[in-house]
Amino acid sequence: MNKKQKKMLTRIIISAVMLILINVLPVDKLPAPELIMTIGKLIFYIIIYVIIGYDILRKAFKGILNRRVFDENFLMAVATVGAFALAIITKSGDYNEAVAVMLFYQTGELFQSYAVGKSRRNISELMDIRPDYANIEKDGTIEKVDPSEVVIGTIIVVNPGEKVPIDGVVEDGISSLNTSALTGESVPRDVKPGDEIISGCINLNGVLRIRTTKDFGESTVSKILELVENSSSNKSRSENFISRFARVYTPVVCYLALALFIIPPVFNVFILHNPADISIWLYRALTFLVVSCPCALVISIPLTFFAAIGGAGREGILVKGSNYLEALSKAKYVVFDKTGTLTQGVFQVNDIHCSCDKCGEFCGCEHGHNENEDKRILEYAALAEIASSHPISNSLKLAYGKALDISRVTDIEEISGHGIKARVDGIPVAVGNARLMEREGYEYKKCNHPGTIVHVAIDGKYEGHILISDVIKAQSAKAIAELKNLGIKKNVMLTGDDKVIAEHTAKEIKIDEFHANLLPADKVSRVEELLSKKNDKETLCFVGDGINDAPVLTRADIGIAMGAMGSDAAIEAADVVLMDDDPINVPKAIRLAKRALRIVYENIGFALLIKIGCLMLAAIGLANMWLAIFADVGVMVLCVLNAMRALIKVR
Amino acid sequence: MKKTYSIEVDCANCANLMEETTKKVEGVSNATVNFMTQKMIVEFAEGADEKATMKEVLRACKKVEPDCEIEL
Repeated sequence: MNKKQKKMLTRIIISAVMLILINVLPVDKLPAPELIMTIGKLIFYIIIYVIIGYDILRKAFKGILNRRVFDENFLMAVATVGAFALAIITKSGDYNEAVAVMLFYQTGELFQSYAVGKSRRNISELMDIRPDYANIEKDGTIEKVDPSEVVIGTIIVVNPGEKVPIDGVVEDGISSLNTSALTGESVPRDVKPGDEIISGCINLNGVLRIRTTKDFGESTVSKILELVENSSSNKSRSENFISRFARVYTPVVCYLALALFIIPPVFNVFILHNPADISIWLYRALTFLVVSCPCALVISIPLTFFAAIGGAGREGILVKGSNYLEALSKAKYVVFDKTGTLTQGVFQVNDIHCSCDKCGEFCGCEHGHNENEDKRILEYAALAEIASSHPISNSLKLAYGKALDISRVTDIEEISGHGIKARVDGIPVAVGNARLMEREGYEYKKCNHPGTIVHVAIDGKYEGHILISDVIKAQSAKAIAELKNLGIKKNVMLTGDDKVIAEHTAKEIKIDEFHANLLPADKVSRVEELLSKKNDKETLCFVGDGINDAPVLTRADIGIAMGAMGSDAAIEAADVVLMDDDPINVPKAIRLAKRALRIVYENIGFALLIKIGCLMLAAIGLANMWLAIFADVGVMVLCVLNAMRALIKVR
Repeated sequence: MKKTYSIEVDCANCANLMEETTKKVEGVSNATVNFMTQKMIVEFAEGADEKATMKEVLRACKKVEPDCEIEL
């Protein structure tokens, strides 16, 4: 609790105690004249009333001075002062109601400010990745400095338990990093010298010395913080609806209350020639005013969105604003980029097909592989490619896994667009595509598997080929299936790869539609084509890895960039950023958005229903002030609690 | 020119009012009040004097919500 709230609590306690005392103590039996008793009692109640409600009165008064009537302070001031006046006029001597209404209202306000403040802090803590300092080494001693003062290329020291303040490369030290604040991934990541690490991770065990590669302002952690802090500034339609609603609603209720106070008595007197019953109608009008406070709506909607954005952030899904959350909940089309999104985007040796009979013409041979033969093919291929830094060569070297001895390789000849010829241990080796085999006069086997084929000939004889392909991510198929369950009408895959590869991937993950051989510009036009087909209530998401697809990310209703750590362009262009590169986060984000919107509608519906119900009860005289207070404070509390549900993890 | 200020405001509706009011102040081209992070982002019109404008913003906001505070 902050100072303001503590003060409020004291005021509430003092006035509550005083109110109880005057009701419990036998003050009526004091030996004093009746007039003095009545006046004394009134003064005592006024004192309690002022203690509990002076700020409301002051605000209401200031509001009138500033020509801004009709806010909740005004409503409460009128209602309670009215109740007081009513008790004096009718000589009932029952001032409890006026004071109690103010007391409950203030208690509700206190609760609201406490609950909201608390959840605000909870959510902010979730995203608390801001590093406070960086350790730099100076003349053998370690000095703590502001991260923003560290220049690129400085060596910083990160001790166990500290946050990595700036992006960089590990120079020295081995450790595990907790990346959960960034990715939601709970398994620690191991790092060793030479690894790139991003700021915002927590160093778990070893001391790391890191050479910074970015300024603090350009580091991942700053980018994320900036994104999160600006996120709730993009307001959703529901939020805008509520603030417009509140602007119209309050004056309308005030006039209705005034009408309730004036019309029935006038009607009574002039038409029915009955007594006016002014006090009854005044009481009803005042109750009406208390019920009508719009706080529950005004507070719970932004709180729901904020909680949802905070909860999503905890799982490594950064949403740039509640408007995107709203759009995401209506997603009906999801378009994926293939490479790097549904597939890992790295080439891997997938299979080795030797020239044996079993591998046959269709080389679907998964049986009877001679492993030694496979190893020999891979070894020679890797050695021949030793000097090349082509991604394909790298994948060969990676698959071989052992250290390569360059002294075994001589006479390396790179034939551009074909492959490599070299001598390994003095034996001539040719490694390359079909064109190389034709050129060198080898009879080679065709392969019907999608991917890049590297043919290998050793010592003048065709030995087989190595299948290198991009690997589909483990969760891709599951993500597509879940999207289908979430009511996505069409999942589409776009790729620049050729048709065979695209078709294979599409089949594997059961995607509805795919388009192959696309240039980046074609992707935009494909997305535009889909955009033109859907109706206004549906939205289209584009999911990409942020490389080359910034224009599409911007063009789609919702651009989702995944694995965005490090890709600034993607963070800029996307509306939703997935820290992780696991496609399963796409359905997760949609589910989260749907839940948030459901809570918003629940709250709007619930609050309006109770309010309208109580307003009608108040108008016909069935509601007293106590019910009115429930309709105001109670509904608000329930809505706030409901809003906090948005913070709970989704499956 | 865009600047972020820390604010203190207790209720969401008051935050909305502050936003409305700030937008109307001369020298401000756009403003967003973020109740949840207690931040106010003000975009200044070209050539506007930041300090003087913010003083005026604070004065206007005090009018609609006497309890609010803007850290200048």
